[in-house]
Amino acid sequence: MDYQILIAGFGGQGILFTGKILAKAGLTQGKNVSWLPSYGPEMRGGTANCSVCVSDSEISNPMVLQPNILIVMNQPSWSKFICAAQPGADVFWDSTLIAPEGTRTDVSLHPIPATGIARQNGVERLGNVVMLGYLLHQIPILEKDAFFSLLTDSISETKRHLVQANRTAFEAGYAYSPHEGQKSRHDA
Amino acid sequence: MPEFHRTNGLTEVATHYCPGCTHGVIHRLIGEVLTELDVLSNTIGVVPVGCAVMAYDYFNCDCVQAPHGRAPAVATGVKRALPDATVFTYQGDGDLAAIGTAETVHAATRGENITVIFVNNAIYGMTGGQMAPTTLPGQVTQTTPEGRDVHRAGFPVRMSEMLATLDGAAYIERVSMDSVPHIRTAKKAIRKAFETQLAGKGFSMVEVLSTCPTNWGMSPVDALEWVKEKMIPYYPLGVYKDRTKEGVF
Amino acid sequence: MPQKFLMKGNEAIAEAAIRAGCRFFFGYPITPQTEVAAYMAKRMPEVNGVYLQAESEVAAINMVLGAASTGARVMTSSSSPGISLKSEGISYIAASDLPCVIINVQRAGPGLGGIQPSQADYFQATRGLGHGDFHLMVFAPAGVQEITDLVAQAFDLSDRYRVPALILADGMIGQMMEPVAFSEQSPHPAEKPWALTGHRNQRRPNIINTLHLSPDKLEQTVIERFARYDSICANETLCEQMLTDDADVVVVAYGAASRIAKAAVRAAREKGIRAGLFRPITLWPYPSAALAALCETTKAFLCVEMSMGQMVEDVRLAVNGRRPVEFYGRTGGNVPHPNDILQAIESAAQMAPQNERR
Repeated sequence: MDYQILIAGFGGQGILFTGKILAKAGLTQGKNVSWLPSYGPEMRGGTANCSVCVSDSEISNPMVLQPNILIVMNQPSWSKFICAAQPGADVFWDSTLIAPEGTRTDVSLHPIPATGIARQNGVERLGNVVMLGYLLHQIPILEKDAFFSLLTDSISETKRHLVQANRTAFEAGYAYSPHEGQKSRHDA
Repeated sequence: MPEFHRTNGLTEVATHYCPGCTHGVIHRLIGEVLTELDVLSNTIGVVPVGCAVMAYDYFNCDCVQAPHGRAPAVATGVKRALPDATVFTYQGDGDLAAIGTAETVHAATRGENITVIFVNNAIYGMTGGQMAPTTLPGQVTQTTPEGRDVHRAGFPVRMSEMLATLDGAAYIERVSMDSVPHIRTAKKAIRKAFETQLAGKGFSMVEVLSTCPTNWGMSPVDALEWVKEKMIPYYPLGVYKDRTKEGVF
Repeated sequence: MPQKFLMKGNEAIAEAAIRAGCRFFFGYPITPQTEVAAYMAKRMPEVNGVYLQAESEVAAINMVLGAASTGARVMTSSSSPGISLKSEGISYIAASDLPCVIINVQRAGPGLGGIQPSQADYFQATRGLGHGDFHLMVFAPAGVQEITDLVAQAFDLSDRYRVPALILADGMIGQMMEPVAFSEQSPHPAEKPWALTGHRNQRRPNIINTLHLSPDKLEQTVIERFARYDSICANETLCEQMLTDDADVVVVAYGAASRIAKAAVRAAREKGIRAGLFRPITLWPYPSAALAALCETTKAFLCVEMSMGQMVEDVRLAVNGRRPVEFYGRTGGNVPHPNDILQAIESAAQMAPQNERR
């Protein structure tokens, strides 16, 4: 296993949190993991991104420059990072917020209207958790229940009341199936 | 008739102060008060950069010598680590009111439970008589050869008045070394300041108007007269803050 | 096996300090080390310790001086511009022979610079953290686990030698999260008969002082301190070597840069270039002897830093002209790209003397 994950979006979309969950999922399985955020003014409303490595071998460089899993949550991040994905990478993006410019034929594309699904389920701000549910269905980093309990354990004390909303968002993402052309690996 | 004894609060080391300088008297008052309050063996002194830099040899208690102006910060570290110890700083005007203004103001506003003895003689003594933050308008110094021109060099700082506005300050008094009655009052003030600390009431400071015959270019007697005639009118004596009954917190 | 936590480098610094018996922390906010202070503000009250936000870095380092003079284990933390402000106090602390631990989570300079990771404070840390003849012990962690080990060691060694210790990290090491397991080892505080505790009428007053007006006395004091430095150099030098045994090109890098360099060395090996990595863990004392020993087997050195080239001077001093020493660096908050380091390795391999047989 050698996941080099890059997650990018707006500050406030839970980009760093999403990364932490993925790193923790790797740690739970005894993998080598690292998590590296962008920091500074980005955290206060601009774009945010973080690098997550989950690997069987020692992680030398924690900065993910060429992800094999790319998760994009806003338009500017699409423009900035789509070219960085390794050939053969899995690219997830929030199709509610992003109109993909340019195409890459050498990567697996996994669009999901994460923000739209979150909105429909009344959990407007949990697009990232919808995305996590979908991602886990496509790339089973960890068994679903274990992953979800890890997610709820990571919710801070002040946001405990949002556990149910997180479950709703997570399940909705997990259950999402793309209309055509994209078969999930899990089902394959 | 009572005999005059060396106080146990001071060591037997002869001080290096110039003839007629009142640092020695102020040292003695502190030594006496610490002895009378029976806290000497549990006292840490923080000495400055300036004429009193070698005071660690004179006070008969554990001492640390602080960087210029930083004595209140050093004392904060000591006091936080040893809350039961009596901690005081001994600082001159350049140390406390110029380079160390921030440390002074913030120790006071934190209500840091320490005692500051502030010796104001309106000049930099150790470096040979340059303008101090407390140098009076018109006063001649090495760096104000025509007298302090407030248009160019600004005005003196009145620290007691300034610090008295801060909520963390529990006891602030200005005293003077120019006469025996004033020295008696000074001792009472120093005692009160240390008592304030012992009672855990907050920051205490005694500003002591002192002489510098050498750099003022005066005889010791004229210097005392100059304190009375020039300094006291600009720096009025008295208690500027007293929250020793209620404490600051 | 102890439980592993996922922790930020900055948080690990703080937790490791508390586990090392540090109960006093004086700080002032500055990016990218703020989590150290935030963590301390939360944790110190739980262990009956003191967290105090000072009015400035200048005040904070002097509070450290005060607390350290009572014999307490004490720490402060800042980032590059803040460390410059602390340098006055650090000189006094060194001159007072006081133990303490200082953290520099480096950002880009000079001036206000930027907030992204940098290693441009190497000269400051190893050569000039204040006026006068003195050194600090300087530790450069390259990962979060190593932070916890080095912080504990820094406290112990600082106590033992009465020499302040600096942890030289950077924004990347401070901000990243990695799994950490805290060792169960307890701290080894030294006896401190010199500490200011009040003489209790049991001894003569203890004095902590840095003024020595007699040149002979001051010279003697400094020489005595340098004898301790010699003993630190002899006993406390640390480095890590990877694949250096048969390396034609040895990359020398520390901290965050060593992480990227490691990836580049692996990539070079995949391309058939015999590259290795030499990573100093103590920057002062510098592992010069271990590095010089590599001159026997390697053909060229490549120093990689997040600066315009500072540690490279220590590499050249150690190598002493016996082999070529190349340099590759990025600065201003930029982190070198592994491909660029790989290119530099390739070019160093080509420039290396080819005719020598090992």
